[in-house]
Amino acid sequence: MSGDSVRRQIVGRGIPLPGNDIDTDRIIPARFLKSVTFEGLEQHVFADDRVQAPDHPFNEDRYQGASILVVGLNFGCGSSREHAPEALRRWGIRGIVGGSFAEIFFGNATALGVPCLAVAPKDVEWLMGAVAHQPEREIVLDVEAERVRLGDRTIPARLPEAARKQLLTGTWNATAVLLEAGEEIARVAQGLPYLSGY
Amino acid sequence: MDETLLDKVWRAHTVKMLPSGQTQLFIGLHLIHEVTSPQAFQMLREAGLKVRLPERTFATIDHIVPTASQMRPFGDLLAEEMTVHLVRNCQEFDIRLFDLNSGMQGIVHVIGPELGLTQPGMTIACGDSHTSTHGALGALAFGIGTSQVRDVLATQCLAMAKPKLRQIRVEGRLARGVYAKDVILSIIQRLGVKGGVGYAYEYAGSAVEAMAMEERLTICNMSIEGGARAGYVNPDATTFDYLRGRPFAPQGEAFDRAVAWWRSMATAPGATFDDVVTLHGGSIQPVVTWGINPGQSVGVGDRIPNPAQAPETDRAAWTEALAFMDFKPGQPIAGTRIDVAFIGSCTNARLSDLRSAAQVARGRKVAKGVRALVVPGSQAVAAAAEAEGIHVIFQEAGFEWRKAGCSLCLGMNEDKLKGREICASSSNRNFKGRQGSPMGRTLLMSPAMVAAASIAGEVVDVRELLR
Repeated sequence: MSGDSVRRQIVGRGIPLPGNDIDTDRIIPARFLKSVTFEGLEQHVFADDRVQAPDHPFNEDRYQGASILVVGLNFGCGSSREHAPEALRRWGIRGIVGGSFAEIFFGNATALGVPCLAVAPKDVEWLMGAVAHQPEREIVLDVEAERVRLGDRTIPARLPEAARKQLLTGTWNATAVLLEAGEEIARVAQGLPYLSGY
Repeated sequence: MDETLLDKVWRAHTVKMLPSGQTQLFIGLHLIHEVTSPQAFQMLREAGLKVRLPERTFATIDHIVPTASQMRPFGDLLAEEMTVHLVRNCQEFDIRLFDLNSGMQGIVHVIGPELGLTQPGMTIACGDSHTSTHGALGALAFGIGTSQVRDVLATQCLAMAKPKLRQIRVEGRLARGVYAKDVILSIIQRLGVKGGVGYAYEYAGSAVEAMAMEERLTICNMSIEGGARAGYVNPDATTFDYLRGRPFAPQGEAFDRAVAWWRSMATAPGATFDDVVTLHGGSIQPVVTWGINPGQSVGVGDRIPNPAQAPETDRAAWTEALAFMDFKPGQPIAGTRIDVAFIGSCTNARLSDLRSAAQVARGRKVAKGVRALVVPGSQAVAAAAEAEGIHVIFQEAGFEWRKAGCSLCLGMNEDKLKGREICASSSNRNFKGRQGSPMGRTLLMSPAMVAAASIAGEVVDVRELLR
């Protein structure tokens, strides 16, 4: 794997997005899925929330150029649309730290090379406050050490081992890894009654 | 060691363990649609890859199709473009497409079981979170993202971690006027929208065993709303009877051999689970959501709760939900005025759903000012309903009888809420903006409850109309 797909550390300014159970319909409303490509999705990230709340973090000048999103619990629940992490990535998000993540969103983000690190709820609260207070400071998401650093504070973080390995070895695009199995795939298929008329 | 269906299906489909620690899992059936597949095909082209087993991928068009008229070209140019791409991709990669002129088109999670493509013991994937639906037949079915659609097309495999397993037992008999939708909404209300993260759900217990296949499909469909990526019911006589004679089900002696294998894949009596939860079916009421996620619900006879009583992690979400819905704590949910009634979606647009709603609508009229539509889940459902005259019952009551598609469940076609409209909906998500208007509001409930609300013009207990 090429070196530029390895995700050891993500460093950048933060953007806090308070709230739990933020679903993928909110991240990217369905009407923006009417396209055969992912191009331009960044323009519509949180489109409706941003209109309804003019002070939405994605509207604020001080968070433009941020690359680390700070979220609450169960971020990305609902629809499996990969448009959601794609829209965030195209907007500039390179890593996410939060209380917890919905499963399909987590997998989709990892498949795009965007690490999602989980931290304790009290640390989410602290991070959101710290970022809002001094948005110009850089956050370090340390995938390798499973830590988040901001200023002189280091927070323990969790990342499932499989995702961590994929990110550290640059193998988060699973196709190449899965293709290696070659004939073993055919062997399993041959053993399945429903593929041979029972 | 007594194994669960999850254990057995996982083992039968394991290709190998990957360096990441995940399993390389063979996918027996892959379903695709127009929204989450075009980018995957493009990725294949760019990587110079072929579809490994084109005969194990099936396509249909559902999310963006208009439901008033399905004449091509569609008036919506973006919808037309997506359709053209799907047709072209299926031709280029030799994939069977159930197109609008096939008589077999419909919502992907309605047609899979209906055509007999979905079978017990299979692994199934589709770029749609409601793929969990197919678990009703005893399959292990996962919603996936577009990168994973690419993975399945190229390799017929996914890299996945085996989930933990929670058995959810629903015991006893459901009361009259209480449906599968009420059961799954009650389960999600109890376990929460994140309670199932990391789990698959096995639905069991006497109430589930007594359910017809279409009711089981409704239950499994909403597993993902409880955070569980997959949910299933063990295959039994109901499953086998449902599959017999369907176009893609095994025929003749092969069917008997299939039944023996299907039976062998069910959870063994002595198997253990990571967690077991039991609900008493007899105490479940018709359920209505009051908030902006499917876990925020109450019985139709109850009042909207006060955020002060919420678990701490939910308090802000409850407050936000009440503000968005413009509801007050302590307000009864019954009596909430509605503007739109929607009977449809992969949750509740099968023949038995339409029958239960028609039973309520028969001989009655949709309330003045309420826009009501019925969108069958597939062309086959529409044809069966029309053969029974169900469409006439709806039309005489003042419902629009539409063509098959996802429609107002997510508002990707012309069927959308307007402004602040409130919709009584048989769909699966009440997220902010879900039904196509950023400020539109959704009340999830069973199809019979939607029919009752459409006639009363407000949320009512369907049991009052069934007397």
